Amino acid sequence: MQQLPITLRINGRAYSMDVDVRTSLLELLRGLGFTSVKEGCGVGECGACTVLVDGVAVDSCLYLAVWADKRAIRTVEGECADGRLSPVQEAYIEEGAVQCGFCTPGLVMTTTSFLEQRENTPLTREEIARGHAGNLCRCTGYQTIIRAVQRAADKQRRSGRR
Amino acid sequence: MSVGTAVIRKDARAKVTGKARYTDDQSMAGMLVARYVRSPVAHGLVREIDTSAALALPGVEAVFTYEHVPTTLFATAGHPYSLDPDHRDVADRLLLTGHVRYQGDEVAIVVARDELTAKRAAALVRVEYDELPVCTTPEAALAHGAPAIHEGGNILERTELTFGPPVAEAMEAADLQLDGHYNTPVVLHCHLENHTAFAYMDDNDHIVIVSSTQIPHICRRIVGQALDMEWSRIRVIKPHIGGGFGNKQDVVLEPMVAFLTLQLGGVPVRITLDREECLVATRTRHSQQVTVRAGLKRDGTITGIEMDITSNTGAYASHGHSIPMAAGSKFRHLYPRTAIRFTATTHYANIPAAGAMRAYGSPQLFFGLECLLDDAARSLGVDPVELRLHNVARAGEITTPDGGTRYAVAIARCLEQGRDAIGWQRKKKELQNQDGPVRRGLGVAAFSYGSGTYPACVEIAGCRLVLNQDGSVHMQIGATEIGQGSDTALAQMAARTLGIDYDRIHVVSQQDTDVTPFDTGAYASRQTYVAAPAVHEAAERLRQKILAACSGLTGTPARELELAEGRIIRAGEPAEEIMSLGELALSEYYHKERGGQLVAEVSAKTVTNAPSFGCTFVDLAVDIELCQVTIHKIINVHDAGRIIHPLSAAGQVHGGMAMAIGMALFEELLIDPAGGRICNGNLLDYKVPTCTDIPELDCAFVEEPDPTSPYGNKSLGEPPIISPAPAIRNGILDATGVAINELPMTPKLLFREFRKAGLLPG
Ligand code: FES
Ligand code: FES
Repeated sequence: MQQLPITLRINGRAYSMDVDVRTSLLELLRGLGFTSVKEGCGVGECGACTVLVDGVAVDSCLYLAVWADKRAIRTVEGECADGRLSPVQEAYIEEGAVQCGFCTPGLVMTTTSFLEQRENTPLTREEIARGHAGNLCRCTGYQTIIRAVQRAADKQRRSGRR
Repeated sequence: MSVGTAVIRKDARAKVTGKARYTDDQSMAGMLVARYVRSPVAHGLVREIDTSAALALPGVEAVFTYEHVPTTLFATAGHPYSLDPDHRDVADRLLLTGHVRYQGDEVAIVVARDELTAKRAAALVRVEYDELPVCTTPEAALAHGAPAIHEGGNILERTELTFGPPVAEAMEAADLQLDGHYNTPVVLHCHLENHTAFAYMDDNDHIVIVSSTQIPHICRRIVGQALDMEWSRIRVIKPHIGGGFGNKQDVVLEPMVAFLTLQLGGVPVRITLDREECLVATRTRHSQQVTVRAGLKRDGTITGIEMDITSNTGAYASHGHSIPMAAGSKFRHLYPRTAIRFTATTHYANIPAAGAMRAYGSPQLFFGLECLLDDAARSLGVDPVELRLHNVARAGEITTPDGGTRYAVAIARCLEQGRDAIGWQRKKKELQNQDGPVRRGLGVAAFSYGSGTYPACVEIAGCRLVLNQDGSVHMQIGATEIGQGSDTALAQMAARTLGIDYDRIHVVSQQDTDVTPFDTGAYASRQTYVAAPAVHEAAERLRQKILAACSGLTGTPARELELAEGRIIRAGEPAEEIMSLGELALSEYYHKERGGQLVAEVSAKTVTNAPSFGCTFVDLAVDIELCQVTIHKIINVHDAGRIIHPLSAAGQVHGGMAMAIGMALFEELLIDPAGGRICNGNLLDYKVPTCTDIPELDCAFVEEPDPTSPYGNKSLGEPPIISPAPAIRNGILDATGVAINELPMTPKLLFREFRKAGLLPG
């Protein structure tokens, strides 16, 4: 099958490789060891595979690896710098938004991009819910996830980070 | 004190950073992948099967059909083995079958070097079927002359239970007799991680299976049985698991991956189901028809309840034979002064196999019971909360089987607390005489459940604690963490009893049946209750060993020593620190003549089963013209004994409530009764609630410590799903006067019922 050369950044590091044109970004990332990127459906229904492509949350199962050429990818592995969790990761822990954890990496990335796009705007429950409607979680009933998003927003506002 | 506080979950950091390794995050060089060939027809016999094209595809290693698998039938239900042959699970499965019983049944399997090849090869296996008549409903499956889905006919089990005085007399004594008929749909678990497992053979020719399972030790036994191998030659490893909710309390892929690696000389073989397969070809929740008859006195006393359930177990027994029995014996604790007669018929049908799902038959049963009680309250003109308060269990009323200990019972306080939280009395007055297109209503429902399976099954748990050189403790438990937080709760318990910090307990989260102490796993909402005695006893023994060792070293009598926050101190005012645990441990490990590694291991059986209780209160609005229900406030109040970890406890309640709201309003697997075709077996068409579908969820706990647990706790993982659906239905009844007796209460159903009731023009 046809291979194409791509170069991309994953969590800040540069990668160059030839990829089979049929490979999804999900497969590429998992193959490189970024196993936080989970497959819950493979067809864009569950959001477990959410990563950021140039800051935008996408379902990596629906995104071809070749489209990632010259782009910057972020996964949850990269959100913890020097052993320090991101405010979103901290908030998920503090609010008890982690149960089985299979949805967690995708949700953390959705929240990360959601908050980066809404710096310092007050958030209603409805806005948060709409912004996370693409990520299924069967364990939490979303209650603690919504609280975690609110808490992360508060943290970011307080620390002035981002 | 670690018990009762929201310490950081043991697995939280690994899960938010993506470090937690699930089954599929592990691989081995040379691993092959397998894919099932599934039947497109819901009932039939394979006439001809041709695998030649698949075998010819480059990259295909092997194809096995139903003609190549062992002919021993095995049972898949994740119950402990039973010494009583009459109490064993129903063995009605083969690894592959030539008699397909639902759309998706497994006739062959291909093994290839990569997934794409496996998929293409599976499509190349040509199968011809002689189709048989299809029965998807109880009416069809139980009809005279219905085609037999299994040898022996379509009735899997008949269940009969009675409690209290004869029901006929109790019904005679009633002023009002009422009956109702309620239907619940096939509902799916929808855990985010699909079923997945791989197996290989080690250098002793033992089969090693890594699987996303709730029941590693049971899985080992069933694989042994299915392949007719000694159980000790099977090793099951359970890494992090992405949810189960009962669907992984069944042995689904493990016997097959074990069989494949055995056939292929021990090379690693993986099966990962895709989402569509996982939804229909694993297990589901039983669709049930619940008929309830109740007798009541004018003052609201329920004199008798007669209940009859028809439970559709689908293509295979799985847990079908035991679910009505379990639910039937757990509900009596809610209304213990009422005479009860419970009967059930469980039958096969040509739909996906139903198995265990959170609360194991109780959500269906209580939907019938709690709806009928609201209908009765209306007929009698009694407040539905008062009616329940009048009849529910009281403190001291329920005892252990030997009668020696009274379980904690606090359901009345739950009802009172929920009533106040929702503002029941005030709102009831405000909401009288509504006639607009949008109407508000209040609903309530209560439940009872167990904290395990005793006396139906053995309840056994194991815990091993090892003191490390640095003074921390490794904890190995057979109880499985499946997201519910059991590792954390059990570590809190151990820390408390030992007298060391929670952070100094390292839980070995992964079970490995070769080394993990025996425990049957995560189901029946049993683990924190059943594992607590083992943890408590192991921690107590290790503490005593530590103090004895310190006494031997220092000459201070052990009875004067205490372990507190990881230090050994001499009691008294002021307390005197003797040494740290780390100092003691180093000496015990490395002194040339004395000491040794300090280990405590306990295997404990539990012969009690504490009833747990709770209720749901809901305040909702019904838009009659749009046939839409909006929940304004919903709260679950639980009597789960002492709460070990408040944040995780609330998390369990939220998750159960959200699943229940899904079951109440959205979720149903649709199957065409004509041909057994599954119409919505994917996550787009099967409506799992998203963030926007679930309202703010409230919960509260009435903490009455249970005397049968060393930490006062009772079950909490499964119960929260039981009462929300009937509470929502009762709220709709309160708002509109229309009794909806079927789930899910979608706009389509409400439209039909509102028209029937004259609320909407016919
Ligand atoms: S795996 Fe990509 S959306 Fe489900
Ligand atoms: S935590 Fe299990 S699916 Fe979200």
